[in-house]
Amino acid sequence: MEMKVEYVNLTIDGMSIEVEKGGTVLQAARQVGINIPTVCYMENLSPYGGCRMCVVEISNGDGRASLDTSCTHKVSEGMMVQTQSPRVIRARKMLAELLLASAPNVKIAQDIAARMGILKVRFPMEDNRCILCGLCIRMCYEQMDGKALGFSGRGVGRQVSMPFKVRPESCRLCRGCDFVCPGLVIPCQGIKEPGEICGRCVRVEEMASCCSAPTFGCFCERNPL
Amino acid sequence: MKKIRSVSDLEKWREDILARQKQYKAIVAVCGGTGCQAYGCQKIKQAFQKELKKKKLQDTVLLKYTGCPGFCERGPLVTVYPREIFYQRVKVEDIPLIVSETIQGGRVVEHILFEDPDAHRKIINSKDIPFYKAQMRLLLSNNDLIDPTRIEDYVAIGGYQSLAKALFEMEPDEIIGEIKESGLKGRGGAGYPTGKKWENCRRAPGDIKYVICNCDEGDPGAFMDRCLLEGNPHSILEGMLIGAYAIGANEGFIYVRHEYPIAHKHAEIAITQARKAGFLGKNILGSGFNFEVEIAKGGGAFVCGESTALIASIEGMVGEPRSKQIHTVTQGLWGRPTNLNNVETWANVPLIIKQGSKWFSSIGTEKSKGTKIFSLVGKVKNTGLVEVPMGITLKEIIFDIGGGPQNGKKIKAVQTGGPSGGCIPASLFNLPVDFDSLTEAGSMMGSGGMIVMDEGSCMVDVAKYFVHFLKGESCGKCLSCREGLKRMGEILDGITEGKGNGESIALLEELAVVVADTSLCGLGKTAPNPVLSALRYFRSEFEDHIIKKRCPAAVCAPLIQYSILEEQCTGCGACKKICPAQAIEGEKKLRHRIQTALCSKCGSCKDICKANAVMVQ
Repeated sequence: MEMKVEYVNLTIDGMSIEVEKGGTVLQAARQVGINIPTVCYMENLSPYGGCRMCVVEISNGDGRASLDTSCTHKVSEGMMVQTQSPRVIRARKMLAELLLASAPNVKIAQDIAARMGILKVRFPMEDNRCILCGLCIRMCYEQMDGKALGFSGRGVGRQVSMPFKVRPESCRLCRGCDFVCPGLVIPCQGIKEPGEICGRCVRVEEMASCCSAPTFGCFCERNPL
Repeated sequence: MKKIRSVSDLEKWREDILARQKQYKAIVAVCGGTGCQAYGCQKIKQAFQKELKKKKLQDTVLLKYTGCPGFCERGPLVTVYPREIFYQRVKVEDIPLIVSETIQGGRVVEHILFEDPDAHRKIINSKDIPFYKAQMRLLLSNNDLIDPTRIEDYVAIGGYQSLAKALFEMEPDEIIGEIKESGLKGRGGAGYPTGKKWENCRRAPGDIKYVICNCDEGDPGAFMDRCLLEGNPHSILEGMLIGAYAIGANEGFIYVRHEYPIAHKHAEIAITQARKAGFLGKNILGSGFNFEVEIAKGGGAFVCGESTALIASIEGMVGEPRSKQIHTVTQGLWGRPTNLNNVETWANVPLIIKQGSKWFSSIGTEKSKGTKIFSLVGKVKNTGLVEVPMGITLKEIIFDIGGGPQNGKKIKAVQTGGPSGGCIPASLFNLPVDFDSLTEAGSMMGSGGMIVMDEGSCMVDVAKYFVHFLKGESCGKCLSCREGLKRMGEILDGITEGKGNGESIALLEELAVVVADTSLCGLGKTAPNPVLSALRYFRSEFEDHIIKKRCPAAVCAPLIQYSILEEQCTGCGACKKICPAQAIEGEKKLRHRIQTALCSKCGSCKDICKANAVMVQ
C-alpha cells in the first residue's frame, strides 16, 4: 500500500518551508539548519517541554504571537515561527541564567549559558547535579520498559525517585538512565567553583574540538545538533 | 424511594414533598457549612433536638442542616421559618429561648439578631442586613433553604425540572445555543465562553466523551466552590447532566480535593440519591439518555485545578500539566474529548435552562453576564461569601457589603483572583467587577477570591506571601516556574530583610516577565501577577524597603523598631509582663524601655499598651 505523506507550509525566521505533517516545530527548524537549544529533548524519546529552553514565538496569522516550546508544538499550515526574536532571546537568556545558577557543574548548563552569552549570574549559586529534565524517566519508561523511575514531590521539592525510594524488580540495572543523564557529563574544564562560567565550547574558532566526548548538550561544530 | 421514570412522576413527587412539608408549622435551619461546623453547629443542632423533644415539638417543627448562607463570620447561623428570623452567633444557651420565644411564642430573641453597626438597629430578616442587601443571590440563595443531604429538598424548590426541560423540550444544539446566547463564561478564572467550549466538545470526533466538574479550589481564602458543592450538590449534578446531554457524554467526574471532606461527603450522598431516584443511570426520566457520575478525590495540589493536570490526576498519574496546543475538548481524559467546567459554571446551567438565556444575559455587563460569587475576606467588617451581579464596583462590594474597614483603618488595596491575581489600589475602587476590567487593571477575576488589605498590610510582604505559596504549589515541571519563582521568592525575602539593592526591582521585573512568558500552564503564566501588580501600583513601598530600609506598614520585622514614648508611658508594667523575649526593662510607675537587641518584634507590647505609648517605625 502506498503511504501518502501530507505536507504543511510554514515560515520559520522568514524562511518558507514545507515539512511533513505531524512533526514538531523543533524538528522542522532542525531540518532547515536552525539550531534551537534544548535540554530535556532527545530524539526517540517523547517530548516533555520541561526545560522551556526551546521556546519559540509562534503566531497563527491572527496577529497574536505566543511563546511555546518547539519540541511539543506540532507544525500546522500557515504557522509563523520566530526562533531568534528579542522576546525569545530575552526568555532564553533568563532561563539559561536560572539553569546555570541552579546547576553550574552540569555541562549542558554551562554550554547553554555560554552560548547565550551569559557573563554573570545574578542569583545565589547552588550546586545541583540533577536538573530535573526527566530524560532518565522517559528513557526507562519508553525505551527500556523499566518503569522504575518517576518524579516525586512538587515545586522546589521535586526529585527523580524510584517508587517509594526502593529499587523495583522492573529495574534491570541497564544503566539507560545514566546514559542519558546530562548531570553526569561534567564540564570540559572539570568541576568548577560555583559562579565560574566556562564558555569555551561556544568559541569554536578558538577551540575547534573542545570535547573529547561530544554530548547532545554541546554546541561546538562536532556536535551533530 | 421509587424511581422517577417520567416528567409527570417528577411533578407528582414534588407535590407529595410539598404536601408533606405543610405539616410542619416551623422550620429551624441550622447552617451546616464548614465555617459553622468549626463554630460548633453540631452542638447547636443537638441542643435544638433535645429542646424540641422536651417541649414535644419534634413532629411539628422540622429541624435541619442547610448549606452555607455565606455570612460565615457571624456563625453559627440559625434561621427560623416561616418568618425567616435570622439569628447569628447563636450559643447553646440561647436555644431554649429560641424554642420558647420564637417557635412557641412567635416573638424574636433580640440579643442574637444582627445589629446594624451604623444605625444600631436590630435586623430580623436576613434580606435587610446590609451584607445581603446589595447581593444578588441566584446560586447561593438555595443554600439557605435546602438540606444538602436530602434530594427531596432540592426537588421541592423545583430541582431537576431544568433537566426535564432539556431532555424533552430541547435538542442538544438548542441547549448549546441557549448557553452561548446567555453569555455565560467559565467561572474557574480564565473566563472562556462556556457555550463555545461545549460546542467544541460536541463537534470533536469521538464516541466516548466526558464531562468534569472542577472542585479543586485551592486559592488561599477562597471557598465558594466548596460552599456550592457542600450546600447544593444536586444543582451541580443537574448542570452536569444537562451539559453531558448537550455534549453527548455519558460519563462524568467530580474532582474534589480531599481537604473538602464535607463537600466530598455531600456529593457522594447526592450521587447515591440521584441514582436511586433515577436522575443518574440508564434511561434517565425515560428519555433514553444514560449518564453516570463518579467522584475523583484529589490530593490537594493547587496545580491540579489546572485542566490538564486535573485530568492527569484522574487518570492516576502525577498531577502535572501537559502541552496546551491540543485542547482538552478534543483530547482530554484518556485521550477522549472532555469538557471541564468549574463548580460555579455548572451551577449556573440549570438556572439558564429554566429561566432562559434572555433573563440571564440581562444581568451583568456587556461582556460579562450573570452573577459571580466572591469570597470576601481580609480587613473588612463583614467577611464571607458574596454573590453579586457582574459590573458592580469594588467599592460597593468592599464598603456596602463588606461594611468597610475594621477599627477605623484606611483600606489600601484589594487582592482579587487569588495567587494568580493582583492587587488593585483603593484609587481604582470604582472599577466595575467583570472579566475584562479586572484584567486591564493587572489583576484577574480568577475563581473569585477577594482579600481586602488596609494600611497595616505591607504590599511587599503580600507579594512575598503569594510567591512563596506558588513556589510550594508549582508542580516543578517547568524550569521557569520552579526556579524562577524560587528566585523571585529569594529576592523578595531579601527586600523584606533590608538586603535589597538597586538591582533588585529590575531583576524581579525581568524575571517576572520571563516566568509569565515561558511557563506552560496557568499557574506559572499568572504567578508573577501579584508581584507585577504590586510593583505597578505600590512601587514606592518597594523603594522604601530598599533605599530607606524601612517598612511603611510596619510589617517586615527586620526593618522595624519598637520603642516606648517617654511622655506617654504610665509605667503600668503590662508590656514588661507580656514580652516573650524579656526585652522590656523598667521599674513600676517609671518609664519602661525596650532593649532593641533582645526585641523579637512580635508586637505584643503595642497591642497590650493602654496608653498608646509603644511606637513602631
